[in-house]
Amino acid sequence: MAGSTLASRSAEAGAPAPVPASVTVPARPTYSPGRESWRRFKRHRLAVASGVVLCVMILAILIGPLIWRIPINQIDFAATLEGPSWKHPFGTDDLGQDLLARMLYGGRISLAVGLAAMFVAIFVGTIVGAVAGMSRGWVGSALMWLTDLFLSLPALPLLLLIIYLFRDTLKAAFGPEGGTFILIVIVIGGLRWMPVARLVRAQFLSLREKEFVEAARALGASKFRQVLRHILPNALGPVIVAATIDVAAAIIAESTLSFLGLGFPPDIPTWGRLLFDAKDNLDFAPHWALFPGAAIFLAVLTINFIGDGLRDALDPRRVL
Amino acid sequence: MGYYILRRLLIAIPSLLGISIVLFTVLALAPGDPFEELATNPAVPPEVRVALRAKFGLDDPVAVRYVRWITAMAQGDWGYSFVSRINVDDLILQRLGVTLFVIGTSQILALLIAIPVGVIAATRPYSLFDQIANTLAFVGFSLPTFFTGLLFILTFSIWLDWLPFVYQADIRATGWRWYWEHVRQAIMPIAVLGLFQGASLVRYVRSAVLDVIRLDYVTTARAKGLGERVVVVKHVVRNALIPVVTLVALQMPAIFGGAIVTEQIFRIPGIGSLLITSILANDTPVIMAVTFVFACLVVLFNLIADILYGWLDPRITFR
Repeated sequence: MAGSTLASRSAEAGAPAPVPASVTVPARPTYSPGRESWRRFKRHRLAVASGVVLCVMILAILIGPLIWRIPINQIDFAATLEGPSWKHPFGTDDLGQDLLARMLYGGRISLAVGLAAMFVAIFVGTIVGAVAGMSRGWVGSALMWLTDLFLSLPALPLLLLIIYLFRDTLKAAFGPEGGTFILIVIVIGGLRWMPVARLVRAQFLSLREKEFVEAARALGASKFRQVLRHILPNALGPVIVAATIDVAAAIIAESTLSFLGLGFPPDIPTWGRLLFDAKDNLDFAPHWALFPGAAIFLAVLTINFIGDGLRDALDPRRVL
Repeated sequence: MGYYILRRLLIAIPSLLGISIVLFTVLALAPGDPFEELATNPAVPPEVRVALRAKFGLDDPVAVRYVRWITAMAQGDWGYSFVSRINVDDLILQRLGVTLFVIGTSQILALLIAIPVGVIAATRPYSLFDQIANTLAFVGFSLPTFFTGLLFILTFSIWLDWLPFVYQADIRATGWRWYWEHVRQAIMPIAVLGLFQGASLVRYVRSAVLDVIRLDYVTTARAKGLGERVVVVKHVVRNALIPVVTLVALQMPAIFGGAIVTEQIFRIPGIGSLLITSILANDTPVIMAVTFVFACLVVLFNLIADILYGWLDPRITFR
């Protein structure tokens, strides 16, 4: 980058030379955009703390099942509905299954659904937003009308309706786990792309008139290249922020479905499913509901905080 | 104003039609056959099945079926619930009132929390209060409604034994006691929804107030010698609330999602729990109708927000 090299060169030159008053200002280190963002992110303490907590959770989910080797479906009627103990740190459920093992396994699914649904939403949203932002005719307005239409769809009822109608077919095609996963990811992602599309379109509308895009156009860059090399990278900051928050929203959506008993089948203990099973035993086994609920809450909270930190870091114009 | 309302109404119709098309497409794409049970039942001869299909027009093209469905819906013929043995529109009308009551009161609670907290946070930006409010808001909308509901039940019903956790539509009491019982059983569901909604609104209120508070007319009001209280309440908040109206309307789909969960947890006999029970009972006409009612409510609330917006902000009425 031109700016940074120039500044550092003058700093090097200024340090040994003995000194007019104006140069005695200590040589300020210069930062690349990435480090600059990191510096701004670090200032958001809660976001950094959240990052640490989330990393610990992810590590636990990834490595945990290798260390904590109780099978998730090991039934032990001698130890049903036990509270936390050394043998079962998170207690057991009504069949004596170890809740820590089940939560470690379920966390993988919950987070995987969150990430995958986010990718679907970002993918669809970016394409719709980019097309709408680049087109100057009726295509753009038609796509935005569609976006507004989807925004006014009641997401949860529609989600329930689609899952009710399609789950048996997909289960038959991809197995109970794979089928439900694909269905839930596509439907959650497919009902959450609208904010991204609006965001991307707004970015594109302003960026496409900027001088550097005009320069690229003058040099004969194709429309595709203008978008991919020049406009999209500059529109990425807000999209990353939206993507982070989408992960949290998708985790909540999946947990809600499972909590209503319409998500994953009973033998796949996602966090929401654990809550669904626990809710009828609240009075004598509160730990069964508290641990998975706390896990969902913690995951969503940390992701939201990280999103907030990323907004400070990547979207400096938006000062609240 | 009349012209403005008329135009908004005309804009609402295509979106309703669009939603109905989306819903019908989902239904038409779905595998499965309403006469599946008859097909597997050996006592029903195939001719009867074919005749039934022809009678209900299941073999017609999709477009024809859509037009027939939408005209029937528009005429108030919403079908018949296989499970409850009652017309779908009657069933929904029985239940709609409770849902609207819960959603309405929780919205009021949310605004009662969000507006004062957001305004105070915005008048002292980056103060201790602002930071605490912001953190609590994050906690509030990161707590999923189903978990808050369970926590409330655990705390207030099981440990403290203050509030009932099953909602009863028919309470056998009279006079003041009847009202008291209704209030008691409504506290937890309304609080769950209202706190969640309030937490997400706080940040919007704060940023809306921050946008307004730096405008020149606020400086003018201060320069006139008005007290800070009058400046904030009469000059700032009034204008800051205009975008908040739109935001409340935009949040409507999420609110309905929360309402479904809350109704399910506290067993409130509203249309949300009706939706869940009919899904578990494979009662397709009811499922379609409830989803459509939710969609209509979203459009309706957007319409109300638009009209309120025009009324609150005279600048946009004449556009």
